Amino acid sequence: MRILQALSGAALLLGLNGAFASSALAHAFLDHAEPRVGSTVHASPPELRLSFTQELEPAFSTVVVEDEKGTRVDKGDVRVDANDATLLRVSLNPLPPGAYKVIWRVVSVDTHPTEGDFTFQVAP
Amino acid sequence: MRPPALRTAIPNPVRPRSPVAASPWSSHRTAILIVLACVSWASARAAAHGFAGQRFFPATLVTDDPFVADEMSLPTISLVPNPAADGAPSTVEYDFSVDLSKRITPNFGIEISQTWQTIKTTGAGNSSISGFANLEIGAKYLLLVNGPHEFLLSTGVGAEIGGSGSSSLGVDHFSTISPGLFFGKGLGDLPKGLSFLRPFAVTGVLSLGFPTQAKTTTDSGDVQQNPHVLGTGLAIEYSLPYLQASVMDIGLRSPFSRLIPLVEFNFQTPLDRGQQGLATGIICPGFIWSTSYFQIGFEALIPANPRTGHNVGAIGQLHFYLDDMFPRSVGKPLFGGR
Repeated sequence: MRILQALSGAALLLGLNGAFASSALAHAFLDHAEPRVGSTVHASPPELRLSFTQELEPAFSTVVVEDEKGTRVDKGDVRVDANDATLLRVSLNPLPPGAYKVIWRVVSVDTHPTEGDFTFQVAP
Repeated sequence: MRPPALRTAIPNPVRPRSPVAASPWSSHRTAILIVLACVSWASARAAAHGFAGQRFFPATLVTDDPFVADEMSLPTISLVPNPAADGAPSTVEYDFSVDLSKRITPNFGIEISQTWQTIKTTGAGNSSISGFANLEIGAKYLLLVNGPHEFLLSTGVGAEIGGSGSSSLGVDHFSTISPGLFFGKGLGDLPKGLSFLRPFAVTGVLSLGFPTQAKTTTDSGDVQQNPHVLGTGLAIEYSLPYLQASVMDIGLRSPFSRLIPLVEFNFQTPLDRGQQGLATGIICPGFIWSTSYFQIGFEALIPANPRTGHNVGAIGQLHFYLDDMFPRSVGKPLFGGR
């Protein structure tokens, strides 16, 4: 019986979170990225994709990709995906082997801002 | 008497008591005092959550942290068993607390906390007493946030309102005012070679409790000294969300990607009136699971020394981020918000 009560409680909480999530409020946390955070890829990725936990406000959400010298290597065409408002995308120039830093700052649709950065590497 | 796991703006110190007489009621009362002392270092309060740069700090359970926020803990539940000692029966204490924090401006907020306590004797002659602990209120001001270094500093004051709780619990009939200083620091600015230490963060508090009466007389006629008490709290946490989003995606997915293991330390050290150095404290390992709108936390309550107690208790909390749930209404500051 206690197990059932615990499961019921967990279901209630998950449902509660889902109910609020459906209204797309709160801070947007980075859920995952492609290339993955801290990863090493063996070919230059054509695009960087950042997936967040909340829908984003396109006008105030941005991302920059820099090489080790601080030179910007993305094409500047930052956009929120037309079919998925939690996905931020930017095209990349061909990346030679090296380390790259991703610096993002987004605003969720209820105006909560969040920011972050991470690196990935391109190997020969 | 400090209620266990009381969650107000400022950690309120435990005030060690003079022994009470050994009448039957006094023995019972002694047991109550011991039990309450065993958990009172958990005198945290409506701890707050927030950001400094890319660092998200969750609301800790038994120590206060530096943020000012709109949030609510409903409920915080703790359980502490205590063995028989000095003629007093063994007991189990259950606490049910509600805490509410409200921002007045983006950097200034107020907090209120109330606890319902039940103390049950175990073994032969089972009995129990219940009632409200003294009401606790507080205010906090965020002084500084440094995003790149994930650092923040705030100051505040908390007050336990003497005599506002149930007399059956032996609550204090004097108030205690506790100014404090709070800090938080994430290690995200560590060099590249120490990347896997970057998810670590610490929050802490230093407070000083001033009782409004230097000594009081108990119902049984004993005189007890009420010392000034230094309160120190520290929380060390390792954020798996930070690891995933800022250091390396190791493939964790929900619910594990939202876990923050932590250890909290909370100590109360009397400074004068014959009780200097008689510190009590607890060590609280556990975890917090944080979502976008609420968090759930569980921790063990381990006495740090024999003076504090001998039995391990537990605390659990459901904590709502009102500023994220209702950003356009009750979750925004009364003045100066977006």
